[in-house]
Amino acid sequence: MNAPTRRLRIAHLYPRLMNIYGDRGNILCLTRRCRARGIDVEVTELGLVERLDPKAHDLIFIGGAQDREQRRVAEDLRTVKGEALREAVESGVVALAVCGGYQLFGKLYRESSGAELQGLGLFDLWTEHPGPDAERLVGNVVAELEPDNGWRGGTLVGFENHGGRTHLGPQAQPLARVRSGAGNNGRDGTEGARYKNAFGTYLHGSLLPKNPRFADRLIALALAHHGDDRELGTIDDRLEEAAHRAALRLTGRRR
Amino acid sequence: MNPRTWAAIAAGRLAGASSRALRRGGGTAIAGAVAQNIDPALAGTLTRQLGHGCALVTGTNGKTTTARMLAQIAREAGLEPLANPSGSNLMRGVAAALLGETDVLGNIQAAANRIGIFEVDEAVLPQATRELQPRAIIFTNLFRDQLDRYGEADAIVALWQRALRDLPENSTLVLNADDPAIASLGDPAGASLDDPSGASLGDSSARRALTYGIEDTSVATNELEHASDYRFCLSCGEELAYSANFYGHIGHWRCPGCDRARRTPDVRATAVELATGEMPTGEPPAERATAVGIATPEGEMRIELPLAGLYNVENAVAAAAGAVALGLPLDAIERALRSIQPAFGRQERFQIDGREVVILLGKNPTGLNQVLRTITANSGGLHLLFFLNDGIADGRDISWIWDSDYELIAERAQSVVVSGTRVDELALRLKYADLAVEPQVAAGTAAALDAAIAQTPPGETLYIVPTYTAMLEVRELLAKRGKRRPFWEER
Repeated sequence: MNAPTRRLRIAHLYPRLMNIYGDRGNILCLTRRCRARGIDVEVTELGLVERLDPKAHDLIFIGGAQDREQRRVAEDLRTVKGEALREAVESGVVALAVCGGYQLFGKLYRESSGAELQGLGLFDLWTEHPGPDAERLVGNVVAELEPDNGWRGGTLVGFENHGGRTHLGPQAQPLARVRSGAGNNGRDGTEGARYKNAFGTYLHGSLLPKNPRFADRLIALALAHHGDDRELGTIDDRLEEAAHRAALRLTGRRR
Repeated sequence: MNPRTWAAIAAGRLAGASSRALRRGGGTAIAGAVAQNIDPALAGTLTRQLGHGCALVTGTNGKTTTARMLAQIAREAGLEPLANPSGSNLMRGVAAALLGETDVLGNIQAAANRIGIFEVDEAVLPQATRELQPRAIIFTNLFRDQLDRYGEADAIVALWQRALRDLPENSTLVLNADDPAIASLGDPAGASLDDPSGASLGDSSARRALTYGIEDTSVATNELEHASDYRFCLSCGEELAYSANFYGHIGHWRCPGCDRARRTPDVRATAVELATGEMPTGEPPAERATAVGIATPEGEMRIELPLAGLYNVENAVAAAAGAVALGLPLDAIERALRSIQPAFGRQERFQIDGREVVILLGKNPTGLNQVLRTITANSGGLHLLFFLNDGIADGRDISWIWDSDYELIAERAQSVVVSGTRVDELALRLKYADLAVEPQVAAGTAAALDAAIAQTPPGETLYIVPTYTAMLEVRELLAKRGKRRPFWEER
């Protein structure tokens, strides 16, 4: 009786600049899955210039954008939010970075023009865009999550659409291995990256609604960060699992 | 005529005729593809025969309806328009449309009195501009759409800027003043995304431009939708400020960081009254009309537009501006817009078993939001059938449904059926919208249509909102059961 109120505090970085591929669905998903279990959710949107308090959030989300917007965000990450983000991730705060956000969480992004954007360096990886004539990596993806710390992993499904090729450095751990689709670079079979509780991925679609077990993994880690280790009860996931199964049947059709 | 052109015309005519005989979609694109393989310059060669030249219509949403309106205006002006059918908006579709009017000797019939009105795909504009040398290009709007195919929306702006270098000097750009991305195409000195200084483009400030837009701010929503793509200034990157916002990033915008701002358009909707009442079965079109005043440099008019939705007001002023650019008279604009019939799959109506069935194509977030707003302008409960396909023509990437505001129909939904190749994801998206009723999942287009009609009481309206390929399928079923003709028989 009278268990303390459970809560999850989410920071959504650059919601108006970095929102190109249905990224809103990820926030809707986290919010909905928490509320279904009586967990209060507070979403703070942080745009350019606004500072991040590294202790005020349990989960930080950043989505993808076009190159033009990405340049502005890279500068803001470097000059305004970078230090606080690093501090948060080092302390175990959960972060999910999709597509362009994932690239900026790496060390370096080389644009198709050859211009270089300094990334945050949270992940030991770098990304290069091979040029305007290079084929984009576009299509449905099925990937196997790396098991971790008693967690079984399972499959991750989504859609990728990126010109940049991401190469993991020796310190980087892949998030998953592609079963179909291109993943990080279309060559080494890796998809995404992980460092502590920060996760990066190329998959949108939106990612979380049709990957409910991965969404719950993020929620559980975020709650545990502030000492809430209680179980997440099961909820009705019939439509979620049906969407996941349907996406498993899609091969990585690329054009 | 050179032998290659003659061979292309003969082969294309043959392919079109045999395809029509097999009832394979009227042979519209097949004939063009065959002919273009033989003579890639065919469309340009034939277009040069047209006494009144041609105009192109491009952009994310509204191409088909705007082109249809413009063709109707040309007809009212006493010309005979030559248009490509909706959905055939690549070069082979344009070639096929021209071929369909060409005799065995390679002559377009009554060419002196004809004008080409061609809807072209965003990515095809450079080729179409180079080969067809249009007198005017009408740009509708630019939104995220089929990102799997086009890459990023910025890539389209850059592509268009390059295309305009091939535009004849005396041609006119017809630009949407309310869309900051479209308006930027008329910026002086040819500033571009690649090169904001414009230095590399030479002097392109001589481009003739005519702008259009919605002046009446009483129809603004003033809540910036999630699916807005150009909220930031293309020149300086500042977030744009809106004194009125119609939908998406369309509105009265101004950049606080530099001096770019919407300018009062040359052709404008001055007073708009959207239809808000029921759309009961059997009512004459005027009962569902949108009242709109249109001001042009040539004079003003007040019309009842027989199409619903603010996006059709935008289409109407786009077409009116295109007509002004082509020198067509005001009274032709007025007569055409008053009598315009919906284009293929865009608010087309059918009578099926005592129900009125309306198809409203919804294929990207902004278009879908506009459709949902139009549907909910009517009072009462809603009966809906949604299709989500992920074919190449729909876009393989369906993440856009998460950027669309299905929540608009949540409280009003009385029956909802969902179907399509990605129905599982659509059902999940609608779960998030917390509809008043649980959607019924149906496999197969015909079964879904039957289920939706069964759930719609006689005398009421069923709204069908499909993606592109689903629209083709469901429309064919409706055409069989209702009284509409197949689209290749339409002019």
